[in-house]
Amino acid sequence: MSCLDKHHILEIEDLSVSFTQYEKGLRQIELPVISKLHVSVHSGEIVAVVGSSGSGKSLLAHAVLGLLPNNANVRGRIFFNEELLDPEKIKNLRGKEISLVPQSVNYLDPLMKVGPQVRQGHKDQKTIQRQKKLFRHYDLDETTEGLFPFELSGGMARRVLLSSAMMEAPQLIIADEPTPGLHLEMAKKAMEHFRAFADAGNGVLLITHDIELALEVADRIAVFYAGTTVEEAKVDDFDCEETLRHPYTKALWRALPQNGFQALPGNQPYVKDMPQGCPFGPRCEHFTEECRGEIPVKIVRCGTVRCIHGEPGEASHHHHGERGEA
Amino acid sequence: MKLEASNISFAYHRKGEKILDRFSMTVESHERVGLLAPSGFGKTTLCQILAGYLKPDSGTVLLDGEPLPQKGVCPVQMIWQHPEKVVNPRLKMGETLAEGDHIPPRIIEELGIEKDWFHRYPGELSGGEMQRFCIARALGESTRFIIADEISTMLDLITQSQIWNFLLKEVREREIGLVAVTHSDALMERITTRVIHLESEDH
Repeated sequence: MSCLDKHHILEIEDLSVSFTQYEKGLRQIELPVISKLHVSVHSGEIVAVVGSSGSGKSLLAHAVLGLLPNNANVRGRIFFNEELLDPEKIKNLRGKEISLVPQSVNYLDPLMKVGPQVRQGHKDQKTIQRQKKLFRHYDLDETTEGLFPFELSGGMARRVLLSSAMMEAPQLIIADEPTPGLHLEMAKKAMEHFRAFADAGNGVLLITHDIELALEVADRIAVFYAGTTVEEAKVDDFDCEETLRHPYTKALWRALPQNGFQALPGNQPYVKDMPQGCPFGPRCEHFTEECRGEIPVKIVRCGTVRCIHGEPGEASHHHHGERGEA
Repeated sequence: MKLEASNISFAYHRKGEKILDRFSMTVESHERVGLLAPSGFGKTTLCQILAGYLKPDSGTVLLDGEPLPQKGVCPVQMIWQHPEKVVNPRLKMGETLAEGDHIPPRIIEELGIEKDWFHRYPGELSGGEMQRFCIARALGESTRFIIADEISTMLDLITQSQIWNFLLKEVREREIGLVAVTHSDALMERITTRVIHLESEDH
């Protein structure tokens, strides 16, 4: 398992998020939006979590940062620098060691100029100098400080959000759909800042729907399907179908416009009619009765896969010692 | 048939910058035309003008020499990027579908829309499921042109290829002209017969 021995900045194990909702009257139902998700970010890596929009990916970011609303139930283990996190620890890390780069300019306060906003109201010289340095680094000229968010172009807003995330020199950035609607070349350019950040020994968890972008900028890709990650693969594994591990990832590969544009029938299940066991089961050509049962994560060729068929692999076990292990 | 936009100019503010300045393009029924431009160049604005949702400040959109009808079902139908923004959240999907022109049952079937979804509200469907309804709604019997604005951007690749494989077959069979916006070069190459670069059309 030497391939997984790198320093783990973030490790998420068996993360499940569900919401309690009221249906008719006082009847409560549990809506499982994320179930048993598994993903890790090593030092020096950009890891992309790729899935379609509306599938609950953003909730992953919010869960790691402890920003979910009160009616959310979170289970599972999140490790930061190999230390198991609890809500109190998350609160202390958030905005300092772990920063969020959100989707859009809508996350900025519309009534506050961006300079003071990035400084979070601090007026000491150290903070001011740090903010000025970051703005220079991201090609934002002096006058930008005095602008309100609505006066920024989309590209400037992204760089302001990035500066804001970098203020406290974090080790991990969670970027939630940071390049919406950008053409691939532009998006790649916007991602250069993340690359430089990761190359300095930090980690980036990139949450996106855009697999073409992920293939260009990420080191590893976690494939998100119906609320869980079915596979973690190195970007190179996407060079051909054979090196991919999960039947859904293989189907994704065949559906790429440049790889045949083949369409597997069926839909991702809606959270209320999630099948038993493997969520991909009903669409899978390898489906057997056992797929309705528990599907453990296994390690295959330095990646992980949640499938009982295919290549044999090792069981994924926790390597932070006794803590957190059930 | 021919959809022809001539000398279209459009600005969102009276004194503001013109998003489109004397822009012209023509699409024939047998064509599938891609629009390519960086974000903020007015692709969606142009789509809305072609489909009759926005009136240009100057210039005309003509379908076989006639302006688009102001009443009834428009023969130029637009499919939008975010299906959740163009369906009424308080109507069940079946009712939403009934708002449009008569839709051949074959289309519902080929799009993989399940009967059960008709009784659901938009919030109870995934993005891909909802977009299938929006595509069906745009493919009524009187449709002659389809304007598809980043219709698969937010979907997973498998749903994307399902939707496009269906749509390509449909427009070919019915000789419906297509205008498509996508930021993916690979997809553009797959689906279009000709590409217009908006920025190179510069004045």
